[in-house]
Amino acid sequence: MSAVTYLEAISQAIREEMRRDEAVFLLGEDVGTYGGAFKVSAGMLEEFGPERVIDTPMAEAAIIGSAVGAALMGMRPIAEMQFIDFITSGFDQIINMASKMYWRAGMPVPIVIRGPSGGGTHGGPFHSSSPEAWFFHTPGIKVVVPATAYDAKGMLKAAIRDNNPVLYLEHKLLYRMPELREELPSEDYVVPLGKAIMRREGEDMTILTYGAMVHQSLKAAQTLEEEDDLDVEVIDLRSLTPLDRETILESVKHTNKVLIVHEDTLTGGIGAELAAILSEDLFEYLDGPITRVAAPDAPFPYAPPLEDVFLPNEDKILNAARKLAAY
Amino acid sequence: MMRLERADLLQIYYLMRLTRAIEDRTRTLFLQGRVVGGVYTAQGHEATTVGAAMMLRDGDCIVPQHRDLGMHLTRGSSPRAIMCQWLARGNSPTLGRDGQAHIGDMHHGIVPMISMLGESLPVACGVGLTMKVRKRSTVVLASCGDGASNTGPFHEALNFAAVQKLPVVFVIENNGYAYSTPTHKQFAIENLSERALAYGMPGESVDGNDVLAVIETVGRAVEHVRSGKGPALVECKTFRVRGHSEADKADYVPEELRKEWLAKDPIVRFEKYLTGEKILTAAKKAEIEEAVKAAVDDAVSFAEQSPTPDPATVADYVFAPDGPVAIIGEPGAQDPRYVNALDSRTGKPFNSVAETARSQFVTPEEVGRR
Repeated sequence: MSAVTYLEAISQAIREEMRRDEAVFLLGEDVGTYGGAFKVSAGMLEEFGPERVIDTPMAEAAIIGSAVGAALMGMRPIAEMQFIDFITSGFDQIINMASKMYWRAGMPVPIVIRGPSGGGTHGGPFHSSSPEAWFFHTPGIKVVVPATAYDAKGMLKAAIRDNNPVLYLEHKLLYRMPELREELPSEDYVVPLGKAIMRREGEDMTILTYGAMVHQSLKAAQTLEEEDDLDVEVIDLRSLTPLDRETILESVKHTNKVLIVHEDTLTGGIGAELAAILSEDLFEYLDGPITRVAAPDAPFPYAPPLEDVFLPNEDKILNAARKLAAY
Repeated sequence: MMRLERADLLQIYYLMRLTRAIEDRTRTLFLQGRVVGGVYTAQGHEATTVGAAMMLRDGDCIVPQHRDLGMHLTRGSSPRAIMCQWLARGNSPTLGRDGQAHIGDMHHGIVPMISMLGESLPVACGVGLTMKVRKRSTVVLASCGDGASNTGPFHEALNFAAVQKLPVVFVIENNGYAYSTPTHKQFAIENLSERALAYGMPGESVDGNDVLAVIETVGRAVEHVRSGKGPALVECKTFRVRGHSEADKADYVPEELRKEWLAKDPIVRFEKYLTGEKILTAAKKAEIEEAVKAAVDDAVSFAEQSPTPDPATVADYVFAPDGPVAIIGEPGAQDPRYVNALDSRTGKPFNSVAETARSQFVTPEEVGRR
């Protein structure tokens, strides 16, 4: 057994679930012969055949819509978006077809829509997006964002076994990041959806974050300990819908200060909702303003100097945390 | 061409009459202010919707749109369920969450539509894909209008179905108008079936107001699809003799054109044929009218006596519960241990197709469902 990358963890989850349950299958652009644009599904066509690893035309509504139809029949399709940005071409199938189906017709739609999201790879405005807020706002679809290899595998398995549409956002910057390699359990495991995890325990402040920003936040927390003698707690939300309110509220009750960090743009983002929840539920507990670190309200830029300043990073988190700590 | 027995022909006539009568009554209820939302009907479509759906067997699936009440009734959707939808009752198949004929369940092979027309066609592909990989000989009948045939999902679905050789019969009900927009402002070809060529599937256009012609043409397409050769497209040319909805006077439709099509009314035409062939006697006709009226009265009184939804449940049923999910149509799929065996919101069987007050005029045994 050797340590695997975040990407290999995703591949393992798909492969193991396809072996476990013949209802599980994969469809998307270039997922078969080519093994996927990022090689997540390399070798799967050979193992499972063309009826379970389906190369589709470039047609996101057909990919997601077919997944919905198969799911209505009791299958458990995994629909890959080659880049998560392309999900907009299948928006209606998610928002109006899949997410409302159980609610209005009583029939479960167990689909996983997954794909590479996030920036930091010079992908420009159409290959870098973080689309979670659109779907976070939509009742009837779960949204999960794993930050580690362990979670990538365990949450994908949980998503595949879930009876609802699940949007599973992979961060492409994490795919092959060497420091994320880890040994995974050899036995089957799942990470239940809807449970946040404390990545670092602290007394002085809580950082609420998810995805690639978990790692930036952990770096910042380390620096704050070393340079500012601040003891910062970092909560990795992992699951945006369902949201683990209990863990969030418990942490902030304890630290009384909260910094929210996400890669997506600021306005109407996940942080806005978190801030609303905290001010409604924990108003008396807060010793400083609920503070957000997020991308500016602009489309995702291409040129490196623009991308660098666009993305939240350790420095931005440090600045915001220091201001907040001064209250 | 399949042979239609006397009982089949009478069943078709009954279903066409029932379709028209339910819509007529719905309109009355709307004018009386008893229908909650907008009303969309399909006078003139009955030959297409009933005729096409008559070509299916058990295990087949329909993916109907808003003018496909005839398809619903032919495949067993209950008039009571339909009426509970219009009147927004708490025991409607959508539990009052949605209206109109936006109903269906997979055990009965009906995919509930959404109002974004055309979006159901990719879903039809997924149903067909499952039939294909499960090695079944069943087919999907997916319909849309001339309007939806211009949407992206229409083209994505036809292309994907052709590439994957999926068992899907696509039926376009070309009724001349997408709301107020006439076909010449929608597409620059004569026959929408010509689009089939672009995807590599057979395509035919047929007089959609002639139920026997629809049966023959759709029957041919179903046969092609059932034999595993991939999808087929049929354009049924009909006409929307009323407005897009009952709120639409449709004064943009030239009066002459409307008159011309009213004269081609599919029910009147079929009635003439049946009378000429001495299949529909005066006595039989009276019997059918009585059965139609009884079914409609029953549906309306059932719906009116049904409760409205409990407001306390407004945020319920957003997510499906955990548990095993059956593959529809396979042995044991209706075992209640499966989340999708029953309507898990209510713990009861899905009620879009009711076991009581079924739409059939004669018993299914008599018809010998194909």
